[in-house]
Amino acid sequence: MIFIRQRRTSGLVATIAVALALVATACSSGDENALTIYSGRSEDLVQPLIDQFTDETGIEVTVRYAGSADLAATILEEGERSPADLFYAQDPASLGSVALAGLFTELDADVIAAVPQRFSDTSGRWAGVSGRARVVVYDSATIDPAILPESEDGFTDSEWAGRVGIAPTNGSFLSFVAAKILADGEDATLTWLEAMKANSSPTYAKNSPIVAAVNAGEIDAGLVNHYYLLRALAENPNETGRNSFFAIPTAGSLVMPSGIGMLETSQNKDAAAQFIRFLHTTAAQEYFAEETFEYPLVPGIPANEQLPAIDTIPTPTIDLSNLASVLDRATDLVAEAGLI
Amino acid sequence: MSDDTSIIDIGTVAGTPAVGPGRMPDKERKAPWWLWTAALLVLAPVTVTIVALFLRALGASSTVWETLLSLRTLQLAGRSFLLTALVTVSAVAIGVAGSWILTRTDIRRKGLWGVAFSLPLVIPSYVIAMTLISSGGPRGIFADMTGIPLPHIRGLIGAWITLTLSTYPYVFLITSAAMHRTDPALEEAARGLGSNAGRTFRTIVLPQLRPAIGASALLVALYTLSDFGSVSLMRLDVFTRAIYAQYSGRLDRTPAIVLSIVLMVIAGIVIWSEQRARGREALFSSKPTRPPAIHRMSRSQRAGATGFLASVIGLGAALPVAVLVGWAAQGVATGDGLFLSWSAITGSLSGAALAALLAMAAAVPIVVLSVRYRSRKTVWLERSVLFVFSLPHLTIAIAVVAFTVRYTRPVYQSLLVLVVVYAAIFLAQVTGPARASLLQIDPTLGDASRSLGHGTFGTMMRVTVPMISKGLLAGGALVFVTTLKELPVTLLLAPTGFTTLAVRIWAAADELLYARAASSALLLIAISVVPIYYLTIRPKEAISS
Repeated sequence: MIFIRQRRTSGLVATIAVALALVATACSSGDENALTIYSGRSEDLVQPLIDQFTDETGIEVTVRYAGSADLAATILEEGERSPADLFYAQDPASLGSVALAGLFTELDADVIAAVPQRFSDTSGRWAGVSGRARVVVYDSATIDPAILPESEDGFTDSEWAGRVGIAPTNGSFLSFVAAKILADGEDATLTWLEAMKANSSPTYAKNSPIVAAVNAGEIDAGLVNHYYLLRALAENPNETGRNSFFAIPTAGSLVMPSGIGMLETSQNKDAAAQFIRFLHTTAAQEYFAEETFEYPLVPGIPANEQLPAIDTIPTPTIDLSNLASVLDRATDLVAEAGLI
Repeated sequence: MSDDTSIIDIGTVAGTPAVGPGRMPDKERKAPWWLWTAALLVLAPVTVTIVALFLRALGASSTVWETLLSLRTLQLAGRSFLLTALVTVSAVAIGVAGSWILTRTDIRRKGLWGVAFSLPLVIPSYVIAMTLISSGGPRGIFADMTGIPLPHIRGLIGAWITLTLSTYPYVFLITSAAMHRTDPALEEAARGLGSNAGRTFRTIVLPQLRPAIGASALLVALYTLSDFGSVSLMRLDVFTRAIYAQYSGRLDRTPAIVLSIVLMVIAGIVIWSEQRARGREALFSSKPTRPPAIHRMSRSQRAGATGFLASVIGLGAALPVAVLVGWAAQGVATGDGLFLSWSAITGSLSGAALAALLAMAAAVPIVVLSVRYRSRKTVWLERSVLFVFSLPHLTIAIAVVAFTVRYTRPVYQSLLVLVVVYAAIFLAQVTGPARASLLQIDPTLGDASRSLGHGTFGTMMRVTVPMISKGLLAGGALVFVTTLKELPVTLLLAPTGFTTLAVRIWAAADELLYARAASSALLLIAISVVPIYYLTIRPKEAISS
């Protein structure tokens, strides 16, 4: 019995040794010519486009998928040692932070000119790809849209106490707060956050649980990005949630772009530029309209028919290139208001 | 018969070297250098990166500390403590009750029950939370099916239920393994002296199980402290939420790191209290000569036991699986593909298998040091294993990124680093059960081996490892299934292009593509059933053969 066990033990040791040796040798593999993209946008949405790019150009692409803010922080840690050629992010704040650190290269003028100026970096370090609007999602079973306030400021009124969901720790909400700082100033933003807290606004981790809570009748409304509801309706047309844009220009209905930038240290800049141009092609822009329910940013390509045209949304004048520089301040204010 | 008289006392108190019968004299008990080297091989790289990150954070400005160590931080810490205490107590109660029913009664189909009762362990806790949330409320699944609206399940109650369901299997698996090892002769003697089943359990079985219960309760508590996914879905404001908020809300990582240090202090208090509560540790004959006496249940007892097992399994496994199947079916019906990818399956399997093997190998020297060469240093060795387990994975991942990209660039984003980090994070899940196994083994067996001419290494490989192999394998299986569920470390440290089922679930669920998320989750559960089957069925066979 003991003899058998001995053999089993040495077998185990041998297995571990062989396995670790395999791991060590596997480390050095990897295609040097492939384009490396860090993507804060999810595999489910982006991979079909990337496969299409590879089919058309023959350029191999390897992608690292994770949260936009996590990847921005990773690139900042990597600095000039970054293996990434491109950083494709969900929000201007993540892109802006990499730009502020001086790690992006300036893009060609025609790439920047492909989309309206307000959706790209003013210094040309990253380009907008698709648009994501901030909206109010409300429960049409209980709420008449006519009674919704004209901006997010109205939700601090006591009649909305406990009825409006927010996601104060979520990147998209923090970007909105940063935009509100740029639009209304720090004092007004802090006052608004404190009033939302005082009004017992329920807090959620992300946008999608807010939309689910509205559809479940748990809350009457919520501040979210526009496309979550459209996806929920595509899965189940009987959901009672509806989107509403605020009536006056305000950070609460700002269209914020997802965007892409090229790393200064990229050894593969031609292929990288080719990929950015590919994202601006009609085919790719239509893919965003149909598959992800986002706004195409290249002019002349229509949005999903359930959405108002992008030009009709009242928009405050904010330079999104500055969003990253006030993001930390936004987080400070959210914490100061007691929402974190 | 009191609690203390039935056991051979070796008088080990945490933190103090033991002296007593069955122990070698102190001078012979100096640990060989290679044992320390082996113990630190996996643990040290990860702890060094964490310490480096913490030092960097501590060099930051003092204003960071002022804003973070506020009243609000204390409130969050208090709530984390409360949740941890509640979950630990309920998980221990359910886990121990389940393992007693399935090892000491005549309930039928033990194997099947055992696998089903362990199943919630392999279901990611955020999936359990999601299904509980979608069941409650006036428009919930439960109301749809029965017409009776449940209240919305959320907040402290929701997080308590979710985390109890996802952690009691730790207690169940580890104490079941220990129950198989306890000597039935003591129980029979107690029964022969007129003690009933309940009293025998309380005075004989429970004290013998104390190391196993303590080890598993610690895993439960630290898991609860580090969990983010389910508390955020349940909308409970606890400490990890503040940490993640700081990570997502700013590029300066310092505040999040400072908060992680505070979380480590909380974990330290939990670890310290478990080590205090360990108190006297017991030594037992390690090889039961025959199966334990089986309690014959009355009809009503049988109904009660079956009802208990069924309702726990129903909430923790059947409901989530049913909801996942429903989502997957809905996806197929609406023409959305399931998007199962081979690379995710092979990525999950290879990462988890390598992590489990490495953790098992790394646990042996650590456990031998901490039990056979107990000293102040080995107590800290054990503690660092637990500290690493208690930290949010995102903090660890960021520490490793920062360190490897600067100082070990060739292995940055390599499978080697990923597997070493997996193994180090989950090491506590092997050292826990392995330590409990080793405590039940008479150290004089090692002396006998040495007197027969084997060195320390030979004794370890030929005597210790085979005798604790069940604890090691149980721990290895735990590492395997928890690695399958791991997310933040995988996202930040894996080779670019490497993907796993957990990554697929996260990505799809984030985009509300529930059918895709559900099919990957079901596949992950199916893969995890294999080691769970091994964990719950094999010990029984080994005993009866």
